[in-house]
Amino acid sequence: MVYEAGKYDVVVIGAGHAGCEAALAAARMGCSTLLVTLSVEFIALMPCNPSIGGPAKAQLVREIDALGGEMGINIDKSSIQMRLINTGKGPAVQALRAQADKHEYGKEMIKTILGQERLNLLMAEVEQIENEAGKVKAIITRTGARYECQTVVITTGTYLKGRIIAGEVMYDGGPGNQFPAVRLSDCLLAMGIKLGRFKTGTPPRIDRKSVDFSKMIEHPGDKEPWRFSFISPPPVREQLSCWLTHSTSETHRIVMDNIQRAPLFTGVIKGKGPRYCPSFEDKVVRFAHKSSHQLFIEPEGRDTDEMYVQGLNTSLPEDVQVQVLRSIPGLEKVHMMRTGYAIEYDYVIPSQAKLSLESKVIEGLFTAGQINGTSGYEEAAAQGLMAGINAALKVQQREPFVLKRSEAYIGVMIDDLVTKEADEPYRLLTSRAEYRLLLRQDNADLRLTDKGRQIGLVNDYRWGLFQAKKDLLKDQTKVLQMTTYTAADTEAVNYLVEKESAPLHDRISLWELLRRPELKIADFVEREWIQTLKPDILEQLEIQAKYEGYINKQKEQVQRFERMESKQIPEDINYDEVYSLSNEAVQKLKEIRPLSIGQASRISGVTPADINILLIFLEKKRRN
Amino acid sequence: MLNDDIAALSTPPGEGGIGIIRLSGNGIMDRVSKIFAPAGKMDLSQRKGFTLNLGWIIDKDGSKVDEVLLGIMRAPRSYTGEDVIEINCHGGSMPIRRCLQRCLEAGLRLAEPGEFTKRAFLNGRLDLSQAEAVIDIIRAKTDRGLKLALQQLEGKTNYIEDLEDKLLKVNAMVEASLDFPEEVGDLDYEEAASILSQVKESMDRVIESGQRNEIYRDGVKLVICGKPNVGKSSLLNALVKKEKAIVTDIPGTTRDVVEDYINVRGIPVKIMDTAGIRITEDFVEKIGVEKSKEVIEQADLIIFMLDIAAGISQDDMEIFKNIKHDRLIVLVNKEDLEEKKITSEELENLFKGIRIVRGSVKNDIGIGELESAVEEMVFNGSIPGDGLDIMINLRQKNALLKSRVQVESALQTFRDVPLDCLGVDIWGALEMLGEISGKTLKEEVINRIFHDFCVGK
Repeated sequence: MVYEAGKYDVVVIGAGHAGCEAALAAARMGCSTLLVTLSVEFIALMPCNPSIGGPAKAQLVREIDALGGEMGINIDKSSIQMRLINTGKGPAVQALRAQADKHEYGKEMIKTILGQERLNLLMAEVEQIENEAGKVKAIITRTGARYECQTVVITTGTYLKGRIIAGEVMYDGGPGNQFPAVRLSDCLLAMGIKLGRFKTGTPPRIDRKSVDFSKMIEHPGDKEPWRFSFISPPPVREQLSCWLTHSTSETHRIVMDNIQRAPLFTGVIKGKGPRYCPSFEDKVVRFAHKSSHQLFIEPEGRDTDEMYVQGLNTSLPEDVQVQVLRSIPGLEKVHMMRTGYAIEYDYVIPSQAKLSLESKVIEGLFTAGQINGTSGYEEAAAQGLMAGINAALKVQQREPFVLKRSEAYIGVMIDDLVTKEADEPYRLLTSRAEYRLLLRQDNADLRLTDKGRQIGLVNDYRWGLFQAKKDLLKDQTKVLQMTTYTAADTEAVNYLVEKESAPLHDRISLWELLRRPELKIADFVEREWIQTLKPDILEQLEIQAKYEGYINKQKEQVQRFERMESKQIPEDINYDEVYSLSNEAVQKLKEIRPLSIGQASRISGVTPADINILLIFLEKKRRN
Repeated sequence: MLNDDIAALSTPPGEGGIGIIRLSGNGIMDRVSKIFAPAGKMDLSQRKGFTLNLGWIIDKDGSKVDEVLLGIMRAPRSYTGEDVIEINCHGGSMPIRRCLQRCLEAGLRLAEPGEFTKRAFLNGRLDLSQAEAVIDIIRAKTDRGLKLALQQLEGKTNYIEDLEDKLLKVNAMVEASLDFPEEVGDLDYEEAASILSQVKESMDRVIESGQRNEIYRDGVKLVICGKPNVGKSSLLNALVKKEKAIVTDIPGTTRDVVEDYINVRGIPVKIMDTAGIRITEDFVEKIGVEKSKEVIEQADLIIFMLDIAAGISQDDMEIFKNIKHDRLIVLVNKEDLEEKKITSEELENLFKGIRIVRGSVKNDIGIGELESAVEEMVFNGSIPGDGLDIMINLRQKNALLKSRVQVESALQTFRDVPLDCLGVDIWGALEMLGEISGKTLKEEVINRIFHDFCVGK
């Protein structure tokens, strides 16, 4: 019995990392929003690793934050440790990473969601998405509640037809042994949406009390008061450590002795798994020459003894997992609290979405997160934010919000997703960003806060802080550029001698001096050549001065890139009409429907000749 | 890429006469000023449109490369609608090549096939009704360009693949260290430097040997074909005047395509002999036959040989069917023999409108006439020489040069800049190299990371 339960602008299905961002963004932009979840207790669950950030992912979190998203603020509230990694490898790849208190992370997110105006939370399983003439109309829950809505954002992660596998044991389930979402898959198929199947996995968890830490190397957090969000206060709580140990030849022997029981190798697991996150048995087989792999033992929170064994994700049978664990230094007497498992799930082939993450098949339907074939909390949250924004913009009849590859990692990721074919879960890497020297975590606010403000997600508090920072940077850049020294200034000369830096010939500014690798902005502050400023301001000035040459080179490349991006392809183009286009190009272009010549040129199978032909065709259309 | 400065040959190179290099783009005046010394006093940038300007293209050290006439057409009154310069230089292959090289050094890039026509259309200089013709030109030239590029890579493929492989490895090392710092650790700087040095050395070698061979690279491609034992190798020897192909009386003994360059009345001609084409069960020979068909496909000019003593067989007509008739000379061989199974009437009927030469290769009869025929066909334009092959050769060479610049820059700043900046140069080197093989290598770097390193949590 179906009954009318209410009306919303935006309905978000799934309250993981994508769903929370989507729902918050839509509500904050003024839309009445319903967030539907299978279980209110598991909102913003981290079913796998207890960490956020790292290369490329930290940039994403900062971008989410600059646009007015929640992930950065939420992890700042709930972290147990922060480290800056890749220091010394350059500003573009420096990345913050936090260990999270999983429980607290979820709790803080629930608080934020409950406190959000215009946002309602509902515990239910969505069974059907109703559409009329190819446009989203309503959702219906398993218990018969029908909610009319203008847009739907699906963020169901790995729940769609989820199947858990550990050795010979197999059952239908979502992550963390929850119910899978079975009916929604069929509903999507019935709407004409193509699905694929992927696999991922998680390691066993162990009891802190049974671990001998004396055999491991301690990894404490950094002393600096790091945080992700540009507006979070400095952290005050004590940090917890992680611990490093490693597998042994005995571990590898156990794996090989039981390899005939590994579902990965027996053919039980059919979904394609990610190469960047291989299961432990896969590592042992493929890198047989390595006698040891490193393993990090990470706390899952402050109020729990459960610890995560990073590097040991596996779907070996439970009894083998115990043996494997006990062959590891420090874990000889370990008590395993949760078994590692592999999970197979349905995903929506992402080339069916537009750059706005709206489906090309059903108007008003958006997908974000793991359901789009990605992996990672950060990737999910970033898509959720973008899908939420675009669902709200659609309701408000405003233009979609799309970030370019030259503007943000978010842009790189979504462009990759909808343009390229992927045969494994997608993870963002800094190597995927052509202009990564411009897309740094330190300047995410400078890149994106303006845009967040225009959308309506950046509140006055954040906007005020941002304006002040921008003004300060402008003033201090001028100071650095106007303050000059010559060989007659003894203080400067002495400084250069002390740092073994080349002597001065002509008049030189502090800005130019900063380009020398051996000179640091901290030295200038120490000598009172510039005033004492906040660390993030100093860092920004130093990066902009030191890498100006490289940065400008990339800016030139971006200009060339954007010329192709700005050549737009009309949405109603009929590729069958384009004379002399190759068959393969026609087929791919019809499927992906790129928005610009630049995007078209990134589709595999579309050749430079095809691009030229398209240009001629567009010019012909224009003149007609 | 839509309106940067481009350059291309617009006349085919030949001995004597003039060659024209065409430039287009709104920055070309400034760029050409840097490599052009005018005979008069007025600077190039002050010259008006539709003027001819005498002067010299000059080398980096100021020495003269070639005396040239520059025709200037100012935007929008030019073929492409942008500023256009036509450099009239001397017609030999070397002056053209060197002038074009100087243009590239001044910051222009080689035009893509059909790019001038494309710009003319996009800038409204060509009529709407010409759109499809423009597309045909682009399609044809691009396809031919791709084919030529692959041909030119033959013999060089191993070098390029080796360079690509090494650069992929270094790129993967850098990127893995940046994206998976915990699993991979710091970059092994010594190994990376050693690979980069090897890359630089072998680039030096390839570039140097390329420069030595360059003068021979272009020319009319001539193929001699006919059924086995018709006298192809003898003709080749007569033209080359040295024993290169193996000549025996047993059919099918010329198994490989042998190539050589000759000078026919001042025209550089690259001769490609083919094994006799016939239907064969012999596997080894079959490879030779397949290859021959491919060579015929690529030829600018074909000499199709008939044996007067053997007559015209079905095999002959089968071969004839597969040849482009507009670039064909029929040579009737063995006129010295008593037995004549081919009549003049038959020839005229079967090969209407095609140039026929009769002679005996063994006795040096008819070779002079054959050379005249070749010369005529080159100069009356029946051979489609648009210089595209030279362009492609230059493109590959320049991609290699640019790639080497990036490698050098990486080596110079190796330990002075952070890894992410170093990565820009190292990636640039691979990206440039990808232009030679036409591959997009970004995804391959990522594949290589997962292949070479055990990453993942």
